[in-house]
Amino acid sequence: MAKKYKTRLKVKEKDGMVNVKAIISHPMLTGLTKDKKGEKIPAHYINEVVVTANDEVVMTANWGGAVSKDPYISFDYAGKSGDVVKLSWADNQENKGEAEKKVK
Amino acid sequence: MKRRTFLKNTLVASATGAALGTALVAPSVALADSHSEADPFKATSLEDALKAAGITDIEETDKIVVKAPDLAENAAVVPVEVASSLEGTTEVIILIAENPTPYAAKFTMGEGANALVKCRFKMGKSSDVIGIAKVGDKYYSGKKAVKVTQGGCGG
Repeated sequence: MAKKYKTRLKVKEKDGMVNVKAIISHPMLTGLTKDKKGEKIPAHYINEVVVTANDEVVMTANWGGAVSKDPYISFDYAGKSGDVVKLSWADNQENKGEAEKKVK
Repeated sequence: MKRRTFLKNTLVASATGAALGTALVAPSVALADSHSEADPFKATSLEDALKAAGITDIEETDKIVVKAPDLAENAAVVPVEVASSLEGTTEVIILIAENPTPYAAKFTMGEGANALVKCRFKMGKSSDVIGIAKVGDKYYSGKKAVKVTQGGCGG
């Protein structure tokens, strides 16, 4: 399962702020869509994303089905080069993924 | 059929919301307890979502900037940026007023994180995108209207 959901992470330091950008390949189904037979496709979306820098939590995101397919996220935090940024997520069907990057 | 039940649900929800609002003065503690377990992500109206998230008092401010396109080209991917210039923002909540489930996302900012998040959302139809920031125990909001030419939640 791990390969199905690709987590891409980019970190960049500028003037004491580290910009974290991530894209996770994920269908993000709301549970309201229907397939060709008219049957409902069950909801399948990421509901928690945790970003840590040097094992300290810098951002937690709780999502609903309204977040787009292949979610993209971007934010800044006060950091320095050498920080190890780790992003991990979990969806409502108990899939998990993570990515780790060192700030240059 | 779905639309019908959805409309019915929202009607019922707003009616109960109004009823609750009038009776809110005394049993606010009890209400807070019962709503802390409700899941705001499953709420089908804006009032319900706010209530389930425990947000009762919101002050509108221009210090929260919601950036989104005036006209969404693709309703399934609407880029939204919420920036709060209020000191000590700990949470940023994004709601899309007219979506089947308006409560879209909550970002909890840790130490040193800027209260500026970018993310992309699906939108069912033209609607306000509301950004709410939590500072201490208070909530502040800013919003932006986004027009949608085509439904985005149908896939």
